[in-house]
Amino acid sequence: MKDMNEGWVTADGRKIGGVLMELRNITLKFGGVTAIKDISFDIRDGEIRAIIGPNGAGKSSMLNVISGFYVPTEGSVWFKGYQRGPMKPYQVAQLGIARTFQNIALFDGMSVLDNIMTGRLTLMKSGLFSQAFWWGGASREEEAHREKVEKIIDFLEIQNIRKTPVGRLPYGLKKRVELARALAAEPKILLLDEPMAGMNVEEKEDMCRFILDVNDEFGTTIVLIEHDMGVVMDLSDRVVVMDYGKKIGDGPPEEVRSNQAVIDAYLGVAHD
Amino acid sequence: MADRTAAEHSAQSIPALLARNVARYGGYPAYREKEFGIWQTWTWAQANEEIRALAMGLLSLGVARGDHIAIIGRNRPAHYWAMVAAQMCGAVPVPLYQDAVAEEMAYVLGHCGARFVVCGDQEQVDKVVEVEDRIHTIEHVMYTDKRGMRKYDHSRMNALADVIAEGKAGHYRYEQELETRIAELTYDSTCVMLYTSGTTGKPKGVVLSNRNIIETAKNSVSFDRLTRAEEVLAYLPMAWVGDFIFSVGQAYWAGFTVNCPENAATMMTDLREIGPTYFFAPPRVFEGQLTQVMIRMEDAGRVKKWLFDHYMALARRVGPAILDGAPVGMLDRLRYALGGFFIYGPLKNTLGFSRIRVGYTAGEAIGPEIFDFYRSLGINLKQLYGQTEASVFITQQPDGQVRSDTVGVPSPGVEVKIGENGEVYYRSPGTFVEYYNNPDSTASTKDAEGWVATGDAGFFEEGSGHLRIIDRAKDVGKLADGRLFAPKYVENKLKFYPSILEAVVFGAGRDRCTAFINIDLTAVGNWAERNNIAYASYQELAGHPKVYDMIRGHIDEVNASVARDPMLSGCQIHRFLILHKELDADDGEMTRTRKVRRNIVAEKYADLIDALYDGRDSVYTETEVTYEDGRKGAIKATLTLADATVAPGVQLAEAAE
Repeated sequence: MKDMNEGWVTADGRKIGGVLMELRNITLKFGGVTAIKDISFDIRDGEIRAIIGPNGAGKSSMLNVISGFYVPTEGSVWFKGYQRGPMKPYQVAQLGIARTFQNIALFDGMSVLDNIMTGRLTLMKSGLFSQAFWWGGASREEEAHREKVEKIIDFLEIQNIRKTPVGRLPYGLKKRVELARALAAEPKILLLDEPMAGMNVEEKEDMCRFILDVNDEFGTTIVLIEHDMGVVMDLSDRVVVMDYGKKIGDGPPEEVRSNQAVIDAYLGVAHD
Repeated sequence: MADRTAAEHSAQSIPALLARNVARYGGYPAYREKEFGIWQTWTWAQANEEIRALAMGLLSLGVARGDHIAIIGRNRPAHYWAMVAAQMCGAVPVPLYQDAVAEEMAYVLGHCGARFVVCGDQEQVDKVVEVEDRIHTIEHVMYTDKRGMRKYDHSRMNALADVIAEGKAGHYRYEQELETRIAELTYDSTCVMLYTSGTTGKPKGVVLSNRNIIETAKNSVSFDRLTRAEEVLAYLPMAWVGDFIFSVGQAYWAGFTVNCPENAATMMTDLREIGPTYFFAPPRVFEGQLTQVMIRMEDAGRVKKWLFDHYMALARRVGPAILDGAPVGMLDRLRYALGGFFIYGPLKNTLGFSRIRVGYTAGEAIGPEIFDFYRSLGINLKQLYGQTEASVFITQQPDGQVRSDTVGVPSPGVEVKIGENGEVYYRSPGTFVEYYNNPDSTASTKDAEGWVATGDAGFFEEGSGHLRIIDRAKDVGKLADGRLFAPKYVENKLKFYPSILEAVVFGAGRDRCTAFINIDLTAVGNWAERNNIAYASYQELAGHPKVYDMIRGHIDEVNASVARDPMLSGCQIHRFLILHKELDADDGEMTRTRKVRRNIVAEKYADLIDALYDGRDSVYTETEVTYEDGRKGAIKATLTLADATVAPGVQLAEAAE
């Protein structure tokens, strides 16, 4: 087992624990294209870990490796001290990894409530027969799940759109519903792919607050990809910076910000 | 009847009424709140348990007689309980507007010297913590919603639920003391202190005694024959006297159920689910609902649209008469019943008004079309006229005598007289005790005989005996040539157009009147969409030439109607502009109850007013705005100034209608 060394306490009083997931020398190739080249970093229990980088740096691919959707060409992923093999999507969910998508992936015709309920599918136990005939444990189980879902609805302050079909909602709210669905799975690690993309300032502020609250209230470890540097610097405990598939920086926000390689990647360097 | 009278004589405080209700209605619902998607109910007996436990918890925190306990939060049972619990301890509850910014809150908290504060959530706690250092009286803060509160310094802070638990645990220790304190309450002890929103100057703390509240509740409950079975939705600010009368005074007197919405945004859904039987809303709520209905009907299919138009025309013709019990032909009655099946019933259900027995509106004038729309559906919507200092009720409309342009007859127990300058005065059992720590204001408002000046100008209509309010007495002025200037009268006429949200008319001491217009973004936005008018922002829409044309059309119509009134024909609007931002309470331009502060607006936009009078076509301006979190920014705009058509005034003789 990898050493699960002690964590630390952040300035605002949150506890960061030991290593939850470790990525060792990950390389990911699609045919001749190398999306990720030999990247290693770890994710600690309870932290907010950001992955940043210019467009095409391989951030979303990295997130897909973490979620188990892509199996790395080389290297290994260690979760809770064990090496992880190739997995089916439902196995990923059962491990306690949930995500939101860069392009919203909700069921447009279904209500907000139903969409969030789908987040609990992997936690439902009653069989097909029982569910189809609403008999035995199914109704009791649904009530219990509904209660959890209602707590999340309350938490994210979306009570007023509970029964609204998702297709009718504005973008910012859809993003929040997606977060709600991910939370409904009670994840250990929550992966957020550009949660603030396309939002206005107010929506961004709301989202930031919810991400911090989720982390604070449920102790959920959060890995997020984000372009808005202000958001990243404010939210995250540690930041991984990628450029052209390589890791060019890793550390607390203030350290990363002053890293010359990072500045060059973002602002560009003169080629003379 | 005899035993009831005896019991009622002994109930001389809200806690005493609570005890009476437990004995009389113990198993009936007192409070409901929707939480986690489900309506949770507390019976009178259960509510009593919670309130007593909370009161004992407050005792354990050291609440003393006469302390002020501020309550800042949305309408929740726990907050109402906190008010009654405070009364049980002999303390004075002071509900505050929850959307007030920290500065405003600091003034009120400092003025009443609150030792304890009950906050709804983290947002309110943050504001209190921010101002705490300046106000040295605050000793302990309690909060209802635990979310995000874990990291706060809890040495002088508690969750309200923990205080209740503390009270339950310590009930052997505190029961005796609590009984003593409750027994000390009399008809003249302070029931609640409410801060007036203050269209001018600093807010004043209006002290209302148990007598004020209970007598008013008693009279108004019998006026409308309210019973234990009424359902009300408590959604108006707790700091407003109306909510205190409806959700505490009348609810405790009649023993009916107070329903609290899940949050502010779900109010319409909750309204539909509860279907209140007794409902109060300011005109803007009714206006907003009507606008919604009209917008949706525009999008409806042709058959539905035809049915709607057909039956609404019928309803407008016979609906109000049927509601007033006036004679209506058999055929029309039959048609109306059919309309009820097709349109009125489903529409009322959608609006949440299926069960309404008595509905009130007040605060501002309501448009006749809006008023008639609801009445024609068979909703018994009435008007009342009141103020904080009167424990709400001054006049109200009895069933069957309802009109959109009067505010009714004096409420039971209230005497009303008109002063020499046209100002309305009243005297009643609900008349406030005093302004807290402000004997000068008390003396200037209430005379030795108990008559209170309302500050409104009005007159009793001959024949019906109903009161009509023209305007704020101090706003009623003269134009330069001596003609009467009543801005509110014209503004209200303008505001009846769905596309006009607010209007501010100027002209006192000038030779002619001009106006600022605020467009209603929902209505005008919808109109723009329909007419293929593209816009990117409120400012752009407000400045659009076609919007100007539409507004000019409305103003011309208002001018024509104002011209018909011989007294007020001088108030026609000659020039106007559409403001580039909405008037906002955060900028101090309106009160928290959304009344325009005329002087502040005039001062802040002095450059625009000057431009309206010096004949320019456009004016450049920069305006400072305050965001919700207190930060400031600036909006720059070049505004168009436009002329309106002025109708010739009629001769006195032919206008005597």
